[in-house]
Amino acid sequence: MAGTIVIKNGSVYDPLNEVNGDKQDIFIKNGKVVSELSDADMKDAKVIDATGKTVMPGGVDSHSHIAGAKVNVGRMMRPEDGYKATMTKTDITHSGSGETVPSVYMEGYEYSQMGYTTVFEAAVPPMEARHTHEEMRSIPMLDMGGYLVLGNNWFMMRYLKEGDIDKAAAYVSWMMKTHKTYGIKCVNPAGVENWGWGKNVSSLDEANIHFEVTPREMIDGLTEVNEMLGMPMSMHLHANNLGHPGNFETTKESLKMSKNVKAKQDMGVEWAETKIDPSRDQSVYLTHMMFNAFGGTSWRDFESGVKPLTDYINSTDHIVIDSGCVPFGEATCMTGDGPSIHDLSVLTGGKWSNTDVELECGSGVCPFTYLKSNPVHSTQWAMGLECLLLIDDPWKAIMTTDSPNGGPFTKYPLVMSWLMSEKFRDQTFSECHPWANDRSTLGGVDREMSLYDIAIMTRANTSKTIGMAHRKGSFGIGADGDVTIYDIDPSKIDTREYSDLINKFSTAEYTVKDGQIVCHNGEITMIPEKRTYYTDASVPDANEKEMLKDVQEWFRYYSHGFNHYPTPEKYLMNPTAIKVNAEQ
Amino acid sequence: MAEVILTVNTEIGIKVEADVITPDTFAGKNKSEIESLLVWQGPKEFPLSSFFDVEGDAGSSAEETSIVVKGDTSRVKRIGEKMTAGKITVEGSVSMHVGSQMEGGELLVKGDADSWAGMEMKGGLLHIEGNARDHVGCAYRGKWVGMSGGRIVVDGNANNNLGGGISGGEIIVGGNVGHYCGIRQNGGLIAVKGNAIRAVAAEMTAGTMVVNGTIERFSPGFEYVTNESDLKFDDIECPGNFKKFLGDNAITKRPKGTLYVNQAANMDL
Repeated sequence: MAGTIVIKNGSVYDPLNEVNGDKQDIFIKNGKVVSELSDADMKDAKVIDATGKTVMPGGVDSHSHIAGAKVNVGRMMRPEDGYKATMTKTDITHSGSGETVPSVYMEGYEYSQMGYTTVFEAAVPPMEARHTHEEMRSIPMLDMGGYLVLGNNWFMMRYLKEGDIDKAAAYVSWMMKTHKTYGIKCVNPAGVENWGWGKNVSSLDEANIHFEVTPREMIDGLTEVNEMLGMPMSMHLHANNLGHPGNFETTKESLKMSKNVKAKQDMGVEWAETKIDPSRDQSVYLTHMMFNAFGGTSWRDFESGVKPLTDYINSTDHIVIDSGCVPFGEATCMTGDGPSIHDLSVLTGGKWSNTDVELECGSGVCPFTYLKSNPVHSTQWAMGLECLLLIDDPWKAIMTTDSPNGGPFTKYPLVMSWLMSEKFRDQTFSECHPWANDRSTLGGVDREMSLYDIAIMTRANTSKTIGMAHRKGSFGIGADGDVTIYDIDPSKIDTREYSDLINKFSTAEYTVKDGQIVCHNGEITMIPEKRTYYTDASVPDANEKEMLKDVQEWFRYYSHGFNHYPTPEKYLMNPTAIKVNAEQ
Repeated sequence: MAEVILTVNTEIGIKVEADVITPDTFAGKNKSEIESLLVWQGPKEFPLSSFFDVEGDAGSSAEETSIVVKGDTSRVKRIGEKMTAGKITVEGSVSMHVGSQMEGGELLVKGDADSWAGMEMKGGLLHIEGNARDHVGCAYRGKWVGMSGGRIVVDGNANNNLGGGISGGEIIVGGNVGHYCGIRQNGGLIAVKGNAIRAVAAEMTAGTMVVNGTIERFSPGFEYVTNESDLKFDDIECPGNFKKFLGDNAITKRPKGTLYVNQAANMDL
């Protein structure tokens, strides 16, 4: 029977069910987790003996840039990236190349080799949605979805300036359906619009030109709309002033704003049975916090500003973050934050590409190399780990590298090992610039994260935060049969042997998707079906009609026709709508 | 030193990717083992013996191995790629990537070389007796750092982007060069006996370049410092009177790049 498997006697880490390394058997039938298998089922079931191994739900990445126009621009800009990492074809897999911006197929295989089964693309410009979906459908192995960039969208800016929250909500719900995207992403709100005139905004209360809307109004408005619609995930915020020394102040102010907005997730889905309430608690999900936690006033007195932010996050319950760690080495910076990438290319003299997505947003790409010898880079390395280690409750944190901005996703195993091993951190401190130690508080941290913490930050909490916990990130009955088996014996784990940890995290012994073994010791064994999730939110018909009148009128500013705007379902692999109902 | 002689035995259609022709790969192999080394031609792999007759066995190590390549090799790419020691003598012309990423040893081409000769070379000597095309000792597409050590000698002319991104080592050109000679130079030495066209040493931040002929269009970011004559850099001598410039000011406020230009050949500067 396809997708029927038993994983026996492993040490299971399933935080959504409060299972912490207990010896348990996992039963999966027809791709879904079940409580047990009948004798008849057992006959056809594949059995894996996981004695002395670590068993976790399949990895879920809630913020990665692996599909869409700017990833493609990165590939075109970086011919040199192609020969740094290559993969030869096999009978079932394609060849591929690229270290920081790998080709589509290679992205899927590499994620799968690390035990990941679900990845969300963090920024989809509406006009580029069709193209993004085309790339996503070509990425094998992974269930995917994308976040729609709305922080500098002309309609959003106009509606939120006018305070017309109903039309704003109608627009968002229509856009999600039109472009088959999953959640709201907000990048340098109000600032990217100014970038069209070579400017930016530098504070939360600085109005941009023409629309005269402030970042504060955009963040407030989008958060309110998000909860009004009952979206699966929190409003996904890339705060203003990213990459500028001293920006932690702006970030702190931005985080405080949503304090009183209650999360109202309203999804018509079947939930996997879990012990912990799997619905999200937060209304704002701050991304790549490290890049928004710079202290000092210039690059000379640059220091970590993570501590004041994590102090605030520890004192409150309404924030969840992902880290944006820097594992050193090659990266390709790419973001919808056009001005910040321009600053970066001026700083480094690096290659620079920039796009204005008419009426909607912008973006920039610039290759970057993080060096241990560089004072600022080494401090950034320490800051990324601070973002995770200084937050007491791992349910408020998610591990990412903002791939490929801080570094490619293939370096996750390094980050996990730094989190788990103080000795590894000490070793890295000894290799890098003294600023890392002098200008951060990481050196004083002796916390070593457990496999349970890692499971929260790479599976359980990621799923919960983005509203996928009804089927991902747990072994609750009814969840998707996605499993990672690492060859790590929790009873014999020695965090001083960190190179062993890195190896084990890099190549999962088994990656199981929908109850099928898709990758075994780094070898792709089958190409599973994949799905693309999107949000199908509804608003009262009258509101949608009113809003569409505006859209059709303003569409004369677009360079193409209204009928060519939507992304048809055929561009998606197994389109899977998540119904969200705002009328109730 | 053991000598292996390769002689082209067929007319080569699609170009052959012969990066196995190095003393490093041959070392410790006898005639038949060398014959069975695989090379790519388009999408297919063939043994070396499909294109070359092999005579002799290799030495026990790369240092002990000398390779002589005879016949029409103008459609053979990547000879001597990544070689670290030993010697290769090509008696005719070669296709692209000869001596690319070479780390040591000696590679002599008695004819012409196509583009990318000595790309990102780290050490050793690459001597081309004829002309070379584009990207001699240059960084690969998209990369920042080109040649970082060793020496490339081109007796004839070279084309565009010679020494792009060079950070160490020396390139000596007997004839003329094309456009963008030494673009983004940040170390090392480029000495051109003949003329250059334009964008010479553009975006240079460090290193030394000498042009003994005429520069058709001089880069605007260079500042005149003084005159010097009869330059000498270790064993490389450049006789004559030179104007010394620092640059490229378009890239950095305190440029450390030095550009010497023959005074007599560039009276208008």
